Amino acid sequence: MFINVSNNLPRDISGCGISGFINTNGRRSSGRACVDSICMMRDRGNGLGAGFAVYGAYPEFRNYYAIHIIYQDNKAREETEEYLSTKLSIVQRGGIPTKKTKNIQSRPLFFVYFGKPRAQSDVAEIDEFREDQEDEFIVRLAMKINENIKGAYVISSGKNLGVFKGIGFPEDIAEMFMIDDYKGYCWIAHNRYPTNTPGWWGGAHPFSVLDWSVVHNGEISSYGINKRYLEMFKYNLNLKTDTEVISYLLDLLVRRHGLSLKEAALAFAPPFWTQIEKMNTDQKNKIEKIRRIYGSAMLNGPFAILVGFKGGLMGLSDRIKLRPLVVGQKGDTTYMASEESAIVGVVKELDRIWSPNAGEPVIAKLKPAVSARLFGKSNKTVRV
Amino acid sequence: MKWFKKVHHYLPPDFILERADDLCIRCKACVTQCSFDANFYDQKRNFIYTLQQNCVGCNRCVAYCPTEAIVVKNRPNPFREHSHWGAYYISGIKRRAYYGGTPVKSMGNDRPFPIYWDKLLLNASQVTNPSIDPLREPMELRTYIGRRPKYLKKGEALPPSIMLQTPIMIGAMSYGALSFNSVESIGRAVTMAGTFFNSGEGGLSRDHYKFSKHVIVQVASGRFGVHKEYLDIGSAIEIKIGQGAKPGIGGHLPGEKVSESISQARMIPKGTDALSPAPHHDIYSIEDLRQLIYALKEATRYSKPVIVKIAAVHNVAAIASGIARSGADAISIDGFKGGTGAAPEIIRNHVGIPIELALAAVDTRLRQEGIRNEVSIIASGGIRGSADAIKAIALGADAVYIGTAALITLGCTLCQQCHTGRCAWGITTQDPFLSKRVNPDIMSEHLYNLFNVWSLELKEIMGAMGVNSIESLRGNRLHLRGVGLSDRDLEILGVLPAGE
Ligand code: SF4
Ligand code: SF4
Repeated sequence: MFINVSNNLPRDISGCGISGFINTNGRRSSGRACVDSICMMRDRGNGLGAGFAVYGAYPEFRNYYAIHIIYQDNKAREETEEYLSTKLSIVQRGGIPTKKTKNIQSRPLFFVYFGKPRAQSDVAEIDEFREDQEDEFIVRLAMKINENIKGAYVISSGKNLGVFKGIGFPEDIAEMFMIDDYKGYCWIAHNRYPTNTPGWWGGAHPFSVLDWSVVHNGEISSYGINKRYLEMFKYNLNLKTDTEVISYLLDLLVRRHGLSLKEAALAFAPPFWTQIEKMNTDQKNKIEKIRRIYGSAMLNGPFAILVGFKGGLMGLSDRIKLRPLVVGQKGDTTYMASEESAIVGVVKELDRIWSPNAGEPVIAKLKPAVSARLFGKSNKTVRV
Repeated sequence: MKWFKKVHHYLPPDFILERADDLCIRCKACVTQCSFDANFYDQKRNFIYTLQQNCVGCNRCVAYCPTEAIVVKNRPNPFREHSHWGAYYISGIKRRAYYGGTPVKSMGNDRPFPIYWDKLLLNASQVTNPSIDPLREPMELRTYIGRRPKYLKKGEALPPSIMLQTPIMIGAMSYGALSFNSVESIGRAVTMAGTFFNSGEGGLSRDHYKFSKHVIVQVASGRFGVHKEYLDIGSAIEIKIGQGAKPGIGGHLPGEKVSESISQARMIPKGTDALSPAPHHDIYSIEDLRQLIYALKEATRYSKPVIVKIAAVHNVAAIASGIARSGADAISIDGFKGGTGAAPEIIRNHVGIPIELALAAVDTRLRQEGIRNEVSIIASGGIRGSADAIKAIALGADAVYIGTAALITLGCTLCQQCHTGRCAWGITTQDPFLSKRVNPDIMSEHLYNLFNVWSLELKEIMGAMGVNSIESLRGNRLHLRGVGLSDRDLEILGVLPAGE
């Protein structure tokens, strides 16, 4: 079930179905609706990968990073846990509950650790892992494990966020992880159709780093340069999957460079120069700047993505919309999916349903009062 | 000219000109067109003779002959075949012994070194990723040359840059090396194409100041023609440290080509050789380069980007990194196949490294140091077509300079006689009779066509790859695969072998 990730595949190509929703009042609901929705689009997967991300999964530990790790074997687990204990003060740990299902024969081990960065004693490590830069600390920690520990892979590391994914159809993965038992205010899901199959659990979507999680339908033709761009900022991409660059680019542009989510979306799928020429001077200058500085972060090729982030959900398609994306709304809940069926199949009497324009981000955020309750006032959510 | 045969150092002519007598109508076009005194008309015998020794194989007479009576052929190796002592070496020795000087040549290295462009292949989309049709969908080539900040800073303007509608520019060829009409044709073509040409190191004729919005002015070690107004005219300034055809040595403009108007543009006496010193005498180290960069920026009130041009030499990556940290806004790298108006043959044929490897090494190095995105890279030195250009961009260039390709558009046949000032095509000559042969009205159109067609070809290739903007291809080496390259070559180029 684990393959040697350092194979010669420059990356893994796939087509897919994506689906997700958010309740902007922060009302948590079970994963059932999400599972039903993604299963509406069975043709968009071929049983080689599915997964779910749920925001609001661990309210009792919401101030701790929830590190989800998959292990090939106990040896990898022991090695990782030893390393983790030098880096984190862990308040709670345990195996992620799973159920035996008839369609999934072999599978790795799943563990979750709730913790916070701890001060480093090793002189060499103090510089790299700074306790005062918590988020940066966690990103580096996850990259270190993925890179150095054979058979261990961090699949999510955000707060109050859990990612559950693997090889199988979405209904099988959901059954195995008992997705129905989790509750969250924002869900995203993925049904995968890879064209080449390193049958690997870590290669399924969502891809997640810190509070970012991404599901993706498409192929990023600019992957080669996106990856080299990220490497300049010391991101190690070891999954060889297009989608990985998206979550790291979000982390770089939004968390580290301070762009708003809309600005990041402009960098990913910018308007054409001919459109920019027609804008007013302010807008023109702004977009021209983004295009010039972040040209290497542009995502080219067909894609539709759903991005879960701290306090919200974003849908975005490429700038000529080569992959589908539909958005629906009912009351305080916003739904996004590859196909209309995935929305109308689970919610009746929508207030509104539409297809956003190519390259136009659709962003749904928690109401300010809700996010203040969830994250506290000082702990800011992402700037839209 | 002396016509006696030099028996001990006899060198048979390089070319054989055959004229079919039954086709020749004695129109004498070949006589008037040949600027190398190879064709003669004998009135008494009503016959056209050819002095084969003088023929440089420029094919001007062939093109002009109305009855297709003339064929110019390469002469086969006149010496006994020898796998070690080829004709190139034998005649090289004889030439040096006889003339007592080192031969000067023009155009780029003509020795059979490997061409890496021909060992790189491009990608295309199939099924999983739709290709994009450039005739129906927008396809963007717009490119900026200049410094970029590392990240977006609110309310801060971007540093000065130049904007290209297509990532192809015309590299440094001076007025002096080129005729007035050639520069005029080039200037008009880049204006129409929305890109730039480089003035080269010989200043700019006042009549060409009108190209201000499309010219990069060069400052080289001789400082010929450099003054305040010249710097102000340029859209960007390029400091020339080295040239691919002759790394380590300065420019040469033989006195024969220094006419009245060239002498004005260069600010030197008419008829004198314009020899630039090998180094800039105010740049003996990287700190000095920084001072010159800032002196030029200061002189132009930080209003235009400063490019530093270097030849591709062995440790080009480290040098480029130093330049990037010295305030340069762009680095231009010229490979060893790059052309020249005049260079010692020994340097031209043996010094420097291929642009493909140099470019890959520089891009990789600047990435390792995390500063690649802050400067632009311009690659040059033997770009023969849009495929070479796009491979350069995928290896990591922002844009390319072309030189020889532009001259071919103006009629050049690569006879390598530019340094003689006798160019039969009127391109690299100051002889008013010859330079009339380039008609700017026509040639600017042809050159514009070349820009257009290459740009279209770039779009076709990008569309096939499924990317609709050039920045997604820049440095995207996953769209390249190598064939017939060693593991080490592949490693330096940063590309996978075909099949992987
Ligand atoms: S030098 Fe050129 S024009 Fe003169 S004879 Fe040779 S080919 Fe013809
Ligand atoms: S520019 Fe003229 S002299 Fe120079 S190589 Fe071309 S045809 Fe020959």
